[in-house]
Amino acid sequence: MSSLLLLASAETPDLSMFDPVSPSAKSIRDLSILVMIITGLIFLVVEAVLCYCLLRFRRSTPGGNEPPQIYGSQPIEIAWSVAPALIVFMLVLITTRTLWEVNTDLPKPRADDRALFVTVVGHQWWWEYIYESHDGRKLGFTTSNELHIPVGDDTARPVYLTLKSSDVCHSFWVPRLAGKTDLIPGRTNHTWFQTARPGLYLGQCAEYCGCQHANMLIRVVAEPIEDFERWLDHQQQPAVVEADLHVAQGAFLSQSCINCHRVRGTTAAGTFGPDLTHLMSRQTLASGMIPNTPENLRAWLVNPQNIKAGCLMPAFGLNKHDLDQIVDYLLVLR
Amino acid sequence: MAVVEQEPVLLRAYQFTPEPDSASWSAVLHICVMTVDHKKIGIMYVIMALVFLVIGGIEALLIRFQLLFPRNNLIGPETFNGLFTMHGTTMVFFVGMPILIGIGNYLVPLMIGARDMAFPRLNAFGFWATLFGGLLLYFCFVTGGAPTMGWFAYAPLTEHTFARSAATDFWALGLAVSGFGTLTAGINFIATILAMRAPGMTLRKIPFFVWTMLWTAVLILFAIPPLTVALTMILLDRNLGTHFFDVQNGGSAFLWQHLFWFFGHPEVYILILPVFGMVSEVIPVFSRKVLFGYEFMAAATAAIAFISLGVWAHHMYAVGMSRVVDLYFAAASLVVSIPTGIKLFNWLATMYGGRIILASPMLFAVGFLSMFLIGGLTGIMLAVVPFDLQLTDSYFVVGHFHWVLIGGTLFGTFAGIHYWYPKVTGRMLSERLASWQFWLLYVGFILTFGPMHVAGFLGMPRRIYTYDAGLGWDFWNQVTTIGAIIQVPSYAILVFNLITSLWKGQPAGDNPWHAWTLEWATTSPPPAYNFETIPTVHSRRPLWDLSHPDDPDWKYE
Repeated sequence: MSSLLLLASAETPDLSMFDPVSPSAKSIRDLSILVMIITGLIFLVVEAVLCYCLLRFRRSTPGGNEPPQIYGSQPIEIAWSVAPALIVFMLVLITTRTLWEVNTDLPKPRADDRALFVTVVGHQWWWEYIYESHDGRKLGFTTSNELHIPVGDDTARPVYLTLKSSDVCHSFWVPRLAGKTDLIPGRTNHTWFQTARPGLYLGQCAEYCGCQHANMLIRVVAEPIEDFERWLDHQQQPAVVEADLHVAQGAFLSQSCINCHRVRGTTAAGTFGPDLTHLMSRQTLASGMIPNTPENLRAWLVNPQNIKAGCLMPAFGLNKHDLDQIVDYLLVLR
Repeated sequence: MAVVEQEPVLLRAYQFTPEPDSASWSAVLHICVMTVDHKKIGIMYVIMALVFLVIGGIEALLIRFQLLFPRNNLIGPETFNGLFTMHGTTMVFFVGMPILIGIGNYLVPLMIGARDMAFPRLNAFGFWATLFGGLLLYFCFVTGGAPTMGWFAYAPLTEHTFARSAATDFWALGLAVSGFGTLTAGINFIATILAMRAPGMTLRKIPFFVWTMLWTAVLILFAIPPLTVALTMILLDRNLGTHFFDVQNGGSAFLWQHLFWFFGHPEVYILILPVFGMVSEVIPVFSRKVLFGYEFMAAATAAIAFISLGVWAHHMYAVGMSRVVDLYFAAASLVVSIPTGIKLFNWLATMYGGRIILASPMLFAVGFLSMFLIGGLTGIMLAVVPFDLQLTDSYFVVGHFHWVLIGGTLFGTFAGIHYWYPKVTGRMLSERLASWQFWLLYVGFILTFGPMHVAGFLGMPRRIYTYDAGLGWDFWNQVTTIGAIIQVPSYAILVFNLITSLWKGQPAGDNPWHAWTLEWATTSPPPAYNFETIPTVHSRRPLWDLSHPDDPDWKYE
């Protein structure tokens, strides 16, 4: 079984909890393997006894003398009560150790703390990321569906997430970075992770949250600190529009897009849907469902329900002219 | 009819159940509706559960076909979410509980030497409330579709904002109504077991199945009312404008989770304790040995019942409770494994040194032993908080609880059905068909639910209607679906065997398995009054005492 698992996780390292890249996910992995060894041994012993009983005491024909009747034995009962109790005691101890490693308190941002603080808001069915501060520096911009974090190669660069929900319960789960933490309306939770390995880490909402729960995907981009700083600087800028696209921008701003979406630097200030200020800097659309290409963007605008049935963005029935203009405009929101 | 003269009060109850001259449909229906006989009610419970099992099974198959391929377009998200909601609700409330309460209903009075349950009319009410609860749930399809919030219905998905159709109301109403039925069954079991035992049958001498039914009933008494209250709160929120779970107006989504799991975890033990009882009857008889360590087994049952009332929040490690609270629930959940282990060891000790006959009941009981162990061990993994933070709400959990509910509850229940069918009908089931059913189920079950654990390890969350290719999940989902398909003929064989054996089966006689408890002392099927004269009992195995007058049990107990 375990070799089968290793094989499977080697082929597809993307979401396996046995391929952790963060300290908390690593201590969970170590604990898990220990627990699996313990339960595996119990499994082998008990199944072996069962098989022995079946092989040794099976009779193919009924009848014959009744075997000796043994009503019980107090010493044996006490023995097989105490032995599991000892195992349970040991399991509680190792659980405690790892629990205190994994589940730490949320610190306050301080100057030069090398930490990133992000508030994550779960929505039906997308993620809002509000960047609060980095390295003690206040940020205060919003993006969605793609979480960028710095990797700490020689120094640890922890990422602290404050988790909230705007509607129903969700759960933030990127298996290689950390275990799950739920986002519950009316409560504030938090989680943390850090990694020294650049890369794309996938996850998805793990608490059933309605129709498109399956497509509430998480993408965490871990990049070297220089790239991350560059990304931060870029994201903090408002949207820039060349002069020849003012007509296209007008088409966007005159539609009801702006009731739900925000483009910083314009009058579009809706907060019900994802922030579009730097839409084209993201790799995917529809919360990780499809690649962010001009064709997909256009198809999405024509009818989001064709791509993500049940999502809260309706088809607006735009005419071809408006559609062209709005796509042109969105494509420059890099 | 000497009995009738001695018991004029009991006779009155049976005047409502005249035996028909001809078995016309209307006559049968009349008996079903009018009867207060615990045996007929028990059979009706089991038939109802089997019908819902087929419905819930079809829902499961549709779910599996959708997940056969990544980005499959067979079933859309709304329908898929409705399917898993109905599947879970059906299997827990309208298959698991009714089949166990039904078997208990049939057997408890027979096993303790009583003529009926303590409250026969309440008993009939309990069945009809359960059945109509189920019909009320399925009435939602008439009103425009299934509810889509999952069987544990996390608030605020049940609020009007997120669930506009009346389906959620029918769901809550159906469960509340069937809950009243279950509650009355629990009260009835407790009263019957405490007050109706045959002369000489002290609580230390009741058959082990009766012992587990007693604790199941106690759990029902503690677990169902919180659910009823929570369902009422949903209905008030949705229909009268209260705000219990309406977060925007100061309600608490978190409150629902506590209320639901305070019911939900004892519920798991309601679904497994009677099965512990059934295999504790089957294993001794087919090992030809007395149950090893009856007192310790009884104490372990009581311990499981008590502890199970204090472990509910182990379903909620990821909601952000404090570490200390998490640790308490982890420790309490792990402690449950001690009495459960005691039970397993005692069953093995019963088999050890016996003369094991692998007839169909024992085959299923051994299937239960070998599989329930795995469900218990994955339960230990889930109790360990940090491990659970990765596993909870993943397919690992789906694999785990199906392993417990099918590997445990269903295999054990099938052991019971094969064991007591001759008593209920007077005919033996076909052993050949039973063996086909067993092996198809055993293989299909492992193939279905084994790969789910792996998918969970690989990061697949539960309740997703589709998934992307290339995440390593495709293969495991395909094996799961194949496993589900292999299970289908197994259930078909069971139904075929149950029906055709009614007239094709060998006549069973009173005691075909040479068993030792009181139900085997009467005819098969038993008369309406169960026993001509109420027997006097001296030990846990009265029929052993009869056949071994030189070496009776009561000398050793």
